[in-house]
Amino acid sequence: MSMIDVRKLSLDLGEGVRRRQILNDISLSVEAGDSFGLVGESGSGKSTVLRCIAGLYRHWTGEISIDGQTFASADRMGWCRKVQMVFQDPYGSLHPKHKIDTILSEPLRIHGFKDIDRRVSQILTQVGLGPRFRYRFPHQLSGGQRQRVAIARALILEPKILLLDEPTSALDVSIQAEILNLFSDLREQLDLTYLLVSHDLAVIDHMCSNLAVMRSGSVVESLSREQMVHGGATERYTNTLLRASEKYDRELVDELAAAS
Amino acid sequence: MTDPILSVRNLNVTYLSSRATLNAVRNVSFDIGREKVAIVGESGSGKSTVGRAVVRLLTPSAKITADRMDFEGKNLLSLSERKMQDVRGRRISMILQDPKYSLNPVVTVGEQVTEAYRVHNKVPHKEAKERALAQLASVQIRDPAHVYDLYPHEVSGGMGQRIMIAMMLIPEPSLIIADEPTSALDVTVKLQVLAILDDLVRDRGIGLMFISHDLNLVQSFCDRVLIMYAGQVVEELRGDELGDAKHDYTKGLLASLPRIGDRRGRLSVLDRKDSWSMPVEKRP
Repeated sequence: MSMIDVRKLSLDLGEGVRRRQILNDISLSVEAGDSFGLVGESGSGKSTVLRCIAGLYRHWTGEISIDGQTFASADRMGWCRKVQMVFQDPYGSLHPKHKIDTILSEPLRIHGFKDIDRRVSQILTQVGLGPRFRYRFPHQLSGGQRQRVAIARALILEPKILLLDEPTSALDVSIQAEILNLFSDLREQLDLTYLLVSHDLAVIDHMCSNLAVMRSGSVVESLSREQMVHGGATERYTNTLLRASEKYDRELVDELAAAS
Repeated sequence: MTDPILSVRNLNVTYLSSRATLNAVRNVSFDIGREKVAIVGESGSGKSTVGRAVVRLLTPSAKITADRMDFEGKNLLSLSERKMQDVRGRRISMILQDPKYSLNPVVTVGEQVTEAYRVHNKVPHKEAKERALAQLASVQIRDPAHVYDLYPHEVSGGMGQRIMIAMMLIPEPSLIIADEPTSALDVTVKLQVLAILDDLVRDRGIGLMFISHDLNLVQSFCDRVLIMYAGQVVEELRGDELGDAKHDYTKGLLASLPRIGDRRGRLSVLDRKDSWSMPVEKRP
């Protein structure tokens, strides 16, 4: 059974003449314990898919189910306990005036957990920070450390699914390597399922076994990681993205100019 | 390398405060000719500070010293603020990361290019506008007349960056300092903006200082690469020889990059050594 199942997801935003279709008939499914990548350029709607699954938008059409339960039939609190999100910018996603302790214990309090103290110190150890970070403010932490706090916050409700929205694009490559390794470890230890959004195909390739390429609100192509790497992509757009990600390629620039 | 346009020897930038002294840049030396030179490093390595020190755009608490900082035969450190103002913009131009913040949000992009033209050339508005339209066309903007009347929020990131480039090319500078010019752009747009910079270096003989954190990109785009760590240049290589790097830091950075088709269980992480921060030798 798939852990995430999205069928014919469509979403409009805006009012009157400014109304635009943001997502158009998106379908994807992710097996339990798998990592699935969503790749595309800005404005392609990849983050919006995550926001729909997280319940941040509610007026979409289609069907989203996780762990066999549809969004419509689930209670909101229960849904949040199963699905959590990590955002791109650890400088923007943590409350600047809350200590790490508050940031991590608030979700527990909202969801009525009892042993808050133990859970907070355990999760801090699990993301490689340790208890000494507990009473610090976000501004006292580096970018990588902050992202670890954001991951700890997402994990503290013991979700089954993490929605990762460009979780390393604001970080240096050496820190990115540490965070990607942490994601791999956590997935194994906690049986997590990931839906990872990135514009970086190398990150998607490293983390995911399957992926979908998005453009202007639609899925252009869904393929496995092996297909992508071994020239199995059939859509021209996928191949353009692949070539553009590898290096500065003057020929490709000329081809793009000629094509448009 | 051709005759250097910019020649820097033992540049130091020190931030002085009542509590502490911070050596942000230590004994950095390099030359830039008619070529693309990358300065790469992690955040906090001092790479942007080097770019800003060259045009002397640092806060007053920063003390800039160098044995030499010659640009087109002039010592940049001894110029008066007035003379320096002539160099900035006119001879040396800067492109920053995000065009959203470098353009005036309440003036159409075309008017901003026209205004830039009139700052440097005393011509009537109509003529300046024609020049501005030509300038927009020269950075591969397909419908300049339409784009001219758009406001910054109405143009995409790639378009915004082209407008910035069009604007800074007006006085025909001989050196461009580009600080992460493509980091906010999508991959295909990124290549198109790089191609414009590439052409400028080739066709107009401009020198390009390309400040970036993207090793993969500078490897294929730049002629030479300086790698900075803790305020110092720890290694200098040709772009296409980056793979043969000798310094442990450079090797570590390259190894931590995920690459398409190269499946590894774990990415290697940097094992930082104190010796990397030890003072490097000064250059004569």
